[in-house]
Amino acid sequence: MKALIIAQHEFKSLFLSPLAWSLLGVLQFIFAYLFLTQIENFMRVQPQLAFIEHAPSLTDIIVPPLFGNAGIILLLLCPILTMSVICQERRTKTFALLLSAPLSSTDIIVGKYLGISFLLMVITSGISLMPLSLALGGSIDLGKLACNALALTLLVGAFAAVGVFCSTLAPHPVLAAILSFSFLLLLWIIDWSTAIKEQANEIINYLSLVRHFQNLQTGLIHSADLGYFLLFIASFLWLSIRCLDYQRLQK
Amino acid sequence: MTKLIEADHVFRYFGAYCAVHDLSFSLAKGQVLGFLGVNGAGKTTTMQLLCGLLAPSSGHILINGYNVLTHPILAKQSLGYLPDTPPLYRDLTVSEFLRYCAQLHNIPTKQCHAAVHSALGRCSLGAVQHKLISQLSKGFQQRVGIAQAIIHNPDLIILDEPSVGLDPIQIQEIHTLIKELGQTHGVILSTHRLSEVQESCTDVQIIHDGKLILQKNSAELAAIMSTEKLCLRTRLALDPAALTANTDITHITVISTQHLEIHYHANANPTPKITEQLIAAGVDILELSPIKKSMEEMFIELIQENSK
Repeated sequence: MKALIIAQHEFKSLFLSPLAWSLLGVLQFIFAYLFLTQIENFMRVQPQLAFIEHAPSLTDIIVPPLFGNAGIILLLLCPILTMSVICQERRTKTFALLLSAPLSSTDIIVGKYLGISFLLMVITSGISLMPLSLALGGSIDLGKLACNALALTLLVGAFAAVGVFCSTLAPHPVLAAILSFSFLLLLWIIDWSTAIKEQANEIINYLSLVRHFQNLQTGLIHSADLGYFLLFIASFLWLSIRCLDYQRLQK
Repeated sequence: MTKLIEADHVFRYFGAYCAVHDLSFSLAKGQVLGFLGVNGAGKTTTMQLLCGLLAPSSGHILINGYNVLTHPILAKQSLGYLPDTPPLYRDLTVSEFLRYCAQLHNIPTKQCHAAVHSALGRCSLGAVQHKLISQLSKGFQQRVGIAQAIIHNPDLIILDEPSVGLDPIQIQEIHTLIKELGQTHGVILSTHRLSEVQESCTDVQIIHDGKLILQKNSAELAAIMSTEKLCLRTRLALDPAALTANTDITHITVISTQHLEIHYHANANPTPKITEQLIAAGVDILELSPIKKSMEEMFIELIQENSK
């Protein structure tokens, strides 16, 4: 599997620069702060919860807001992580190495994508560890936590796919970051308009990233939501592959 | 035997601009082909076409019998390429980088170490193998680039301006390496330095404005470069009349009393006769040598002819 060799190289080189380390450090700090705020919240409402029938559990109060906020923070950071993945190689002329090696465009794109995804998975598992630590003292709904972790992994996977596509398309890394950030933000807020008009538009609702993400966060794994994310990732990777092939023909 | 490269009426356009115009040539094992041209003549574009980095607008290119466009993976399997800027990951050490290149070129994991080791040896990189590529000098980086192109022992090696930015000793070393590689592989190298071609190539192609204007092997090239002139220097003044008895000589230009230029008929080299005559006459000869057109002269002539 050539894609795996590229992915491994990509993952390793991310850690050779300070980028990945600083990103991991800063993110973990921010997530820890968010996590502690949620715990504080829980402590505040805990006495009242005792009197409510079917009260939300510890997991319900802490996990979905934490993962939801993590999604928004990663929406900001993912474009920066993915912006240079193809674009920078083309600018420093190292891309010729991959193009002249016996690799298909699919190997290159999938390899690069997997490399970035591995790092994102390290980040998401870092987040998941924090609520898991509550299991030491309290009871935590592991199923729901797993669902949230899956939702966040799929979400950042989708972010990365858009990022890789923009990096294949754009001539400059900053442009790639701007492109992918604007596109992701648009998909994030696309269902706001339906709320204003007070008439639900099925298609726009379906396109919204946040809707599918929140569906999964509730702990309900619906195949439509899984399908949405997988299709989303696959189509952007396919677009990147086509884009790379096309550039070889035209340029 | 299949040819390593067969290029057949290849054209490449960038918009309306034609960068490569009707290029056809072939290359077999054991040949070192020098691609000459001024800046912007289409050398790099041709190299990129051969390596499948660009697709030809029309025509086709076969490498080892496989079409670069329709069977890219099989074609690139037997290809090593050094672009004009060496494609180096500056954050890696030399041996890490070569190991990655070896893996990309389908070398089994067990043989990677041996492949890296032999490439390091061939390009004399052993001393710097644990250094970061970003810390190496330009000459060493160029050598890492070459090592990267030969690590998988490809049948065909394409080097785009391999000696740019190197000092004379390094250039000499690279020529030796290219000659050595040329014995068992097919090599194409592009350059705008003519001496490089004279030194290490068995075949020469000159490209200008995207068109091939000369395709010769080294023997044919030597014939073209011959001017049918001899340079004769003597210690004492010499009367040109003493040589007129020789029928092969067409005429003699006197440059100074001790320096003559002798023009002769094509295919009749009068050098042995002249030597005999002069020795018999007791003249002290300081120099008697054929005058050759320099590559530079030939190159400029050809380009001027084609620009008209």
